[in-house]
Amino acid sequence: MSRYRKIFNKVFALLFLFALLSFNTDVFAADGEALFKANCSSCHKPDKDFTGPALQGWKSRQPDGWLYKWIAGPQKVIDSGDPYAKELFGKWKGSGVMSGFPQLPKEDVDAIMKYVDDYKPPVPGGGGATGQQPAEDNSLLFGILTLVLALIAFILLQVNSNLRKLSDEKEGIRRSEPVPVYKNKAYLMAGILVLFAVGGYYTINGAIGLGRMKNYQPEQPIYYSHQVHAGTNQISCLYCHGGAQDSKHANIPSVNVCMNCHKGIAKYEGPDKLVKEDGTAIDGTAEIKKLYAYAGWNETTKTYNPDKNGDGLPDGATPIEWVKVHNLPDHVYFNHSQHVKVGKQQCQTCHGNIQEMPEVYQFSDLSMGWCINCHRESKVDFYNKADSTGNKFYSIYEKFHKDLKSGKMDSVTVEKIGGTECQKCHY
Amino acid sequence: MSNKKYWQSFGELNQTENFQQSAEKEFKEELLPLADMDDKGILDAKAPRRDFLKYLGFSTAAATIAASCEMPVRKAVPYVQKPDTLIPGVADYYASTYVNGGDTIAVVVKQRDGRPIKIEGNELSSITQGATNAQAQASVLDLYDNTRLRYPMQKDGKDFKEVTSFDNFDKMVGAAIAGKAIVLLTSTVNSPSTLQIISEFLAKYPSSSHVEYDAVSYSGMLLANEATYGKKAIPSYHFDNAKVIVSLGADFLGTWLSPTEFTKQYAVNRKIKGEKPEISQHIHFESMMSLTGSNADDRFTHKPSETGAIAVAILNALNGTAPSFADKKLNEGVKLAADKLKAAAGNALVVSGSNDVNVQIIVNAINEAIGANGKTINWAITSNYRKGIDADMAKLVEDMNSGAIGAVLIHGVNPAYSYSDSKKFIAGLNKAVGISFNGTMDETTEQCKYVIPSHHWLESWGDAEPKTGYISILQPIINPLFKTRAFQTSLLKWSGSVTPDYETYFKTYWAAKLVSSDNYNKALQDGVIEPTTPVVAAGATFSNVKVAEATAKIAAVKGGPIEVVLYEKISVGNGSQANNPWLQELPDPITKVTWDNYVVMSPAMAKVVLDIDVQGNQKQADAYEVTPEKPVVKVTAANGKFVELPVLIIPGIHKDVIAIAVGYGRGTEGATKEKVAEYIGRSAVGAGKNAYPLVSFDGTNLYTSVVKVEKTAATYPLAQTQVHGSNENRPVIYETSLASFIANPEAVLEEITAEKLAITAGGSTDFVNDATMYPDLMQEKPGIKWGMSIDLSTCTGCSACVVACSAENNVSVVGKLQVQRAHEMHWLRIDRYFTGDMENPDVVFQPMLCQHCDNAPCENVCPVAATNHSSEGLNQMTYNRCICTRYCANNCPYKVRRFNWLDYTGADSFADNQQPLIGVDMDESVLQMNEDLTRMVLNPDVTVRSRGVIEKCSFCVQRLQESKLNAKKAGDASLIRNVKVACAQACPTNAISFSNVNDKESDVYKIRHVEQKHRNFYVMEQLHVLPNVSYLAKIKNTERKVAAVTEEHHEEKKETGKKEEKAHA
Repeated sequence: MSRYRKIFNKVFALLFLFALLSFNTDVFAADGEALFKANCSSCHKPDKDFTGPALQGWKSRQPDGWLYKWIAGPQKVIDSGDPYAKELFGKWKGSGVMSGFPQLPKEDVDAIMKYVDDYKPPVPGGGGATGQQPAEDNSLLFGILTLVLALIAFILLQVNSNLRKLSDEKEGIRRSEPVPVYKNKAYLMAGILVLFAVGGYYTINGAIGLGRMKNYQPEQPIYYSHQVHAGTNQISCLYCHGGAQDSKHANIPSVNVCMNCHKGIAKYEGPDKLVKEDGTAIDGTAEIKKLYAYAGWNETTKTYNPDKNGDGLPDGATPIEWVKVHNLPDHVYFNHSQHVKVGKQQCQTCHGNIQEMPEVYQFSDLSMGWCINCHRESKVDFYNKADSTGNKFYSIYEKFHKDLKSGKMDSVTVEKIGGTECQKCHY
Repeated sequence: MSNKKYWQSFGELNQTENFQQSAEKEFKEELLPLADMDDKGILDAKAPRRDFLKYLGFSTAAATIAASCEMPVRKAVPYVQKPDTLIPGVADYYASTYVNGGDTIAVVVKQRDGRPIKIEGNELSSITQGATNAQAQASVLDLYDNTRLRYPMQKDGKDFKEVTSFDNFDKMVGAAIAGKAIVLLTSTVNSPSTLQIISEFLAKYPSSSHVEYDAVSYSGMLLANEATYGKKAIPSYHFDNAKVIVSLGADFLGTWLSPTEFTKQYAVNRKIKGEKPEISQHIHFESMMSLTGSNADDRFTHKPSETGAIAVAILNALNGTAPSFADKKLNEGVKLAADKLKAAAGNALVVSGSNDVNVQIIVNAINEAIGANGKTINWAITSNYRKGIDADMAKLVEDMNSGAIGAVLIHGVNPAYSYSDSKKFIAGLNKAVGISFNGTMDETTEQCKYVIPSHHWLESWGDAEPKTGYISILQPIINPLFKTRAFQTSLLKWSGSVTPDYETYFKTYWAAKLVSSDNYNKALQDGVIEPTTPVVAAGATFSNVKVAEATAKIAAVKGGPIEVVLYEKISVGNGSQANNPWLQELPDPITKVTWDNYVVMSPAMAKVVLDIDVQGNQKQADAYEVTPEKPVVKVTAANGKFVELPVLIIPGIHKDVIAIAVGYGRGTEGATKEKVAEYIGRSAVGAGKNAYPLVSFDGTNLYTSVVKVEKTAATYPLAQTQVHGSNENRPVIYETSLASFIANPEAVLEEITAEKLAITAGGSTDFVNDATMYPDLMQEKPGIKWGMSIDLSTCTGCSACVVACSAENNVSVVGKLQVQRAHEMHWLRIDRYFTGDMENPDVVFQPMLCQHCDNAPCENVCPVAATNHSSEGLNQMTYNRCICTRYCANNCPYKVRRFNWLDYTGADSFADNQQPLIGVDMDESVLQMNEDLTRMVLNPDVTVRSRGVIEKCSFCVQRLQESKLNAKKAGDASLIRNVKVACAQACPTNAISFSNVNDKESDVYKIRHVEQKHRNFYVMEQLHVLPNVSYLAKIKNTERKVAAVTEEHHEEKKETGKKEEKAHA
């Protein structure tokens, strides 16, 4: 018995170890992708040259360990006179020296490189199949049906009255001439009522909709495709809109942020076809040239124009006047960091699938009802006293803690902590 | 209660018929545009039904058109290269220093998206310790003043023309001043680097000199200190070490020397702490009622000519000689002061606001006798706030007129307005080459040949040394808005220095002094450089050589039947900020008048001069008090100059004295309104009269003089903010003396506690829940409950909070005409109550703001729920829901809801709807706040309200929300424990505290339930509105009976009680 038990124990231990390892590798892969997207993806692609070189095949280029040094401090490696580093720098001069990541531990680097090695480009068109079916809209059908039925009813009524007229004539009963339809007060009244109801419905809806701009899709000074940047190239939203986690404004990136990558990327060679909403094709490279004009960048010399007029900017550089898509009324206070950092909301919750939009349009109607609905449904990251998870700020809501414990409440929504009160957004 | 103990006006005191009527008519309908729709009915009205329908139709149509307009295309324009340190939408805070003349306050400036929008005190400064005053708070608005000069100019005939480049300007000036005797005329300069630049400049031009001039002079003090201590300087005062403070007319909490610093110190010993509290005793002698006098425990009035005699009498009384004034009260006062000073020797302090050398010599002798020298007066650290000597300025004016001066370089002063003999100054200036560095086209600059405006302090590098060894740094918070140049740079250029500009000079200067760049950066970040170990207080050797001479000279002073006191207001000060609408609309703490200066007069004198008896004759009192129109008198000084000003009758001023504020009546004599508006600014147009000319010079000192007062036939409207809200005779203030508080701490609130118990049902003591018919009235406040506590003992009425509130919350300026109609918009007002002796009343200040009642009367009358309650205890006002029924304002017992009667902000959809109102219903100064430049001061987190909505204190909800967000980001609820709301942060005495009272560690919780529970009350608590603002009863350190009427009232009650008993028997 004891022998079997020993074997059993050994096998079990092995199995457990195996499970643990395989679990760990899973963690590696998952972490690797996240780490890559957070740290590397704004300049590197696994399989293609981007602002920096393609990463796949890194193992064959340099001995083990070199990469750790490089990632921790590229400038140091170049300064140390390493020949390969110098060669790299020479080749990618246009993009500047890569910034160092001394904070990344070795395990993270390993995870990233594993993700890079395992990466396979997505099959074009493959994603289309998962696209949502358009929601079936039956209201038109019902409308037509109602009309047809109303018409039939009307005809039947007419037929009925005609038949009665005929039968009356036959039986010799004299009746007054029937009132024609257009003079019949009952019909007229019904018509007026219908008009009033329909007209009222549209007037009120129209009035509510005044100033609402859902689906607003203005033309921008540069054809900038979020699909190309955030979708295909997987650049994190916060790389450009960093204000979303610190400020009330998400902030449109300044031109120098664009140039971080576009110093190296002068041509558009991506897989996505660039087309405007009306179908006209767009030359991506020409759009990048527009950016260079705004930035005061000389494409041929790969340098900024000299600052001769002394304004601290390259000559010819001008800010880009983007057209604001999402406008809130002045009496609304909205804070991005509140939602992104504290509420941990995805950008897509309000802005829609921005990574699939060639040109940005307003996805939500940004109405007060829409805000309130979300505040009613969303749960806050409430502090759990038992396991110390959640945001510790909420530890002061003593009453809710009691109610949660006693089962009076199952979760705390934004509404419960006052998220639908007037002066949370209007002051 | 027939006998009121606290009153705001004579009408309220006497309960006259007119007063009651006007209190009932809260909105002053007769002053509204709809006044012609009177009782006769709509058809007989001047604007009949058809017009009404026309307006109705037009407004509907217009609203439809306005609403259906296409949405404008909005642009979002990011930087080309964003500075790394800046995140658009997040405010940054930089340390800097508010400087104006010699006034110096270390501050922290809030900068939002590149614009300075709010000034806060710098807590790292050991001098001001985070305190600010109204002027510093308001100075951010001066940065965006449209009258600021935009480029260097030279005189061209009567006008000025632009000089296109600084180089050209330098060449012209270089030629103009070469070889001439140059005088650099500045305000007190306490910047070490600037002083060094000035000395370099003076070295370069051998026949040049530097004259410092202060509009309100402290020359007497400087000379007296030279005579007695051998130092022409001012020592540091330590009000925090003084158990007894005697002030001879020094308004040290309001305007004297460094009021912000002194207020902070003063409050240390005025706070009630522990079971047997000890507070300082403050005895005040003065001629008019100043802010400081109104805070005194015991106060005595006298003629200005008697100041010296009182000082001598105190000195003699210390040696045992009894005073012998004709006025018995004055004798008592002198005796009281001397006794207390003697008892507290070593911990006592005497200060005097007199500009008479002899008075100050005697005051020094008193301080010496009571051992203040080295204790409460510290000569180890001298103050550098004021350095101007009157005789120097007088000599300069003589020299200019004799042609001995070739060029005058003027910076930061405006003698053509503020000098007593300004005509002579102007005549002299016109004989020399005048070069002005002043930022605006003031009276002096107008007379200059060359003008090269210097930066505003928010655009400047610089340093200040308010006290020797204590440095405060200025750093620019914004790039210069206009083509201006630091005046130091100009001096450097003109003295041929190799340093190209002041910025470089400043950096080299401090880099050398601070050795390492880390130290330099830390100094910039902290804003102050202070000695690492505190300087030990030390005295100076006193010489009594001059005392006998001074005593003799004082004995020779003769008074007149009527004397005048010229004083500075805490708002407009010496007049340099006259174009600041926030300051102009700030009510004076005592008189509650805005936008003007006036002759302050006692009821007794009014009876003689105006034949108005405000106390005895109710009809006359009403005729005087209820209308804004006040009779005008002509005041002629001994030097022959006169002003005509309206009279404001107020108790507390000596019966033979009138008082007039300086700083008003800006603009060159004879200039048209348009010219004054263009040069000085629209807020200064028509604001009062200039009182500086009433000053005379006696060879050493400037002094104010004996005057003649005559009644004229004219009247002039004064915009007074009290009494605009009435509390309908309900008691709102509780006060007691220190001795009786120690004897029985609960006595002070006895009355209200009894009243509360009486209306609580069924013998319960739970007033909150059981004094109402409605159960579960109290809404749950599950997480946070905001609360404020205001200490009436330490509120000095300085009004820094009022300006801070306006700046933080974009509160509109409404102009004088609208204030007259009780339409001022201040969210926070300071109510002033008189009590006690009619001739010399006590004063209580009570900051009044929305009380955020948990059972708010305003909330349940709003038909559209535009005002409702939040789960954090806020009474929320939602502007977009408001349909202006004003039921809420009507139902508010505290009268704190303000209505936007007109479009004060230009925020309506229709352009130009303000223009037709100008001059009729609206002042030009309102438009001043709507200019693009001025609007840069607006807080972008707070909605700008438009016409037709009610607004009121929001407890700075934007700050509460921000602090909650930061606490949530950090996951730390203690960050919201004590949030700094604008008024509490500005308060120099920490009289206002603000907290989450659900947190038992919070300040307000502790004040209400632990530390000050005996003094804690809510205003009109018996109404069961359950306010979230609590007050602490005032404690006065006096032997007099405080709020004497109550005591009498109590006695009366007892007597009647006895009688009833007898009757029963």
